[in-house]
Amino acid sequence: MKGYKKYYFNKILWYLLTLVCAVILNFVLPRLMPGDPVASIAANSLAGVTDATQVQKVYAEYAAKFGTDKPMWEQFFIWLGNALHGDLGQSFSQYPREVSDILANAIPWTLALQLPAIIVGWLLGNILGAIAAYMKGVFDKAILPAFMFIGSFPAFGMATILLFIFAIKLQIAPSAGAYGFDLLPSFSPAFIKSVLSHYQLPFWSIVLITIGGQGIGMRSMAIYELNADYVKYSRFLGIKDNKIVGYVFRNAMLPQITGLALSLGTMIGGNMVAEMMFSYPGLGMAMLSAVTGQDYPLLSACTLIITIMVLIANLALEIIYGIIDPRVKAQQQD
Amino acid sequence: MKNTLNQVFHAPKFLIGFIIFVGLIGFCFIYPFFTDKGPLTMYGNGNFFPPGTYVNREEVVEDDGYTLNIERNAETKIAASLGDNEIKGILTYFDLAGIDYSGIDTNDKVALVDLWMENYSSDYSFKTTTANKKLFARIQSIVEKAQKDTGVIIAEKNAETGELEQSETITGTSYSNTSDLASVITFVLGTDNFGRDVLTELVSATKASLRIGLLAGCIATTIGLLLGLLAGYVGGVIDNLITFVTNLFTVIPSFIILILISYSVGDSARGVTVVGIIIGCTAWPWTTRSVRSQVISLRNRDHVNLSKLSGHSMMRIILTDILPYIASYVVMALILQISSGVLAEAQLSMIGLGPATTKQATLGLMMQWATQYSAHLNGAWWAYFPVVITIALMTFSMNLMNQGLDQVFNPQLRD
Repeated sequence: MKGYKKYYFNKILWYLLTLVCAVILNFVLPRLMPGDPVASIAANSLAGVTDATQVQKVYAEYAAKFGTDKPMWEQFFIWLGNALHGDLGQSFSQYPREVSDILANAIPWTLALQLPAIIVGWLLGNILGAIAAYMKGVFDKAILPAFMFIGSFPAFGMATILLFIFAIKLQIAPSAGAYGFDLLPSFSPAFIKSVLSHYQLPFWSIVLITIGGQGIGMRSMAIYELNADYVKYSRFLGIKDNKIVGYVFRNAMLPQITGLALSLGTMIGGNMVAEMMFSYPGLGMAMLSAVTGQDYPLLSACTLIITIMVLIANLALEIIYGIIDPRVKAQQQD
Repeated sequence: MKNTLNQVFHAPKFLIGFIIFVGLIGFCFIYPFFTDKGPLTMYGNGNFFPPGTYVNREEVVEDDGYTLNIERNAETKIAASLGDNEIKGILTYFDLAGIDYSGIDTNDKVALVDLWMENYSSDYSFKTTTANKKLFARIQSIVEKAQKDTGVIIAEKNAETGELEQSETITGTSYSNTSDLASVITFVLGTDNFGRDVLTELVSATKASLRIGLLAGCIATTIGLLLGLLAGYVGGVIDNLITFVTNLFTVIPSFIILILISYSVGDSARGVTVVGIIIGCTAWPWTTRSVRSQVISLRNRDHVNLSKLSGHSMMRIILTDILPYIASYVVMALILQISSGVLAEAQLSMIGLGPATTKQATLGLMMQWATQYSAHLNGAWWAYFPVVITIALMTFSMNLMNQGLDQVFNPQLRD
């Protein structure tokens, strides 16, 4: 195998290996928690029953149902087999609801919120950083530092600030949920309008805090590139400034893609908490209810899905990187 | 060393960050000397009392007082006696009677009352519910009462007969001097959901969070530095192994690992220190990664090779020929680790996986408590804005210091 094929093959192989490790960690860690959540479910259905053999029987039934009576490794393979068929078990806290059902309702909201918000924030940050490096002046001395300060707010902090200003003081945006309480999900104009108005605050709180960090990275990279030898050489050759700026920003962009890949996990984690502030029905809320309900099937499914989302995003970024950076291609052809 | 420090403190970004940071820490250490409030003492018997100075009402009544030639503002009196329900009633009346109030702000109680007095008459012609009729009558009586200055009559119960005897009438021109009163307490930032003084709690929480950040940062940087040195300098199988693990944990979000470990530890074991340790143990991968690449670029420099030829031990080479070259980098990594440790604690607490304690407040716990009691939906800004701003200032100042250091040690970034 040569060139791109080898590059992608290696990458995909490596990501599969990571996935295996992630799956094991996600399965094992939550189950190490002290205490027995099955006992509390059994206790709920046994309220008032005092007969010891009856209690034991019901508990054993529940333990068998959730599979907690088997050793951990056996549980893992049963769980894995089911998971491959899309069955992630039953939730403890929202029993008898299926975990996969809860997730299927949560994932679209999180994806639709975070993906566009992170991309928009990243793009705006890069544009601002590039302008600050090239034009200097007010962009470099005022606007970028201002966004840097805004970027220091944690995502949930920005969420509370926007909530306070726009939902509570000005009352021009809804304060919670992803659509009006009086609506059912459908493709009616009223529902879409309601979704869009509920979308604004979470979206902008993520975008606003993303801009600063990305901008400062882009500024450093652009300054570094603007002082590079090839820029000076191009100037001597008399190449037009516009064209040089194009080269510079293309080169400065590359590390920014790696940077995005590296910070993606942290960003998504932070944004999950912001989702919770808005009671947005995404993975953040699912995770919160899993933690408060001691519901490890749901918790490990949530963390697994988030890990898989980050893995896919990283893989996508690496593939994009391979396409736009000619050095990767050259390296693989040696 | 002195020269480097001099240079560092002349970098404007570092200096600004340093001043903000030291100001914040300084305040946290000086403030406890000027207050006798306990950080976890529950003062308020209720949720979220707004910021301000609280005066004991019994004492004000018992106080002799002074008569000032300033009448108590009738408008503020009206505004104080009208609740949300009455305001709603006024608006309902305007709607029903067809009175245009679009020109005035509905939050401006005084303007609403003015309009009410102009337009209200008890024999209105429209039909409405009995509840509304009663409400309108009540509003009118409140407004009328507020307009007359009858004063407040203080009566005491006669111990023998059990009858009330008028002892004093307090009029609208009677004032108390706050310095005459003994029971005056000021809550600069109000109280939280437990009735604790937010400012005192915030100061103690900032210190606790910083301790968590410091502990997490030191652990993460130490692990990162050791593994990075080992991987970068020794190379071979060890390098492959460490690189594999590091790459693994940079792709699997550390936030997820943090959630999983905190969950598996269980509530009973999760104190402030344990949370700090967990955060530290999950945050090292990127430090390892960067230390490793720095060490690899140093490994084949001439001075290192010369040391090797002179037969110096590995320990000595690392200590004298490699560490000094990456020291500035390690300090920057430590600063970033501390700030991300503070943030990680806050986020973890928001999901309910922070320190499982009520004996100690941390920034994240304060935020979690405020959110659980819906402070962000009630408009109780004093319960969460100070926390958010403290976190932001900490992160901002540390990022600034980091960038300042970066500019000093990477001259290419200077303009």
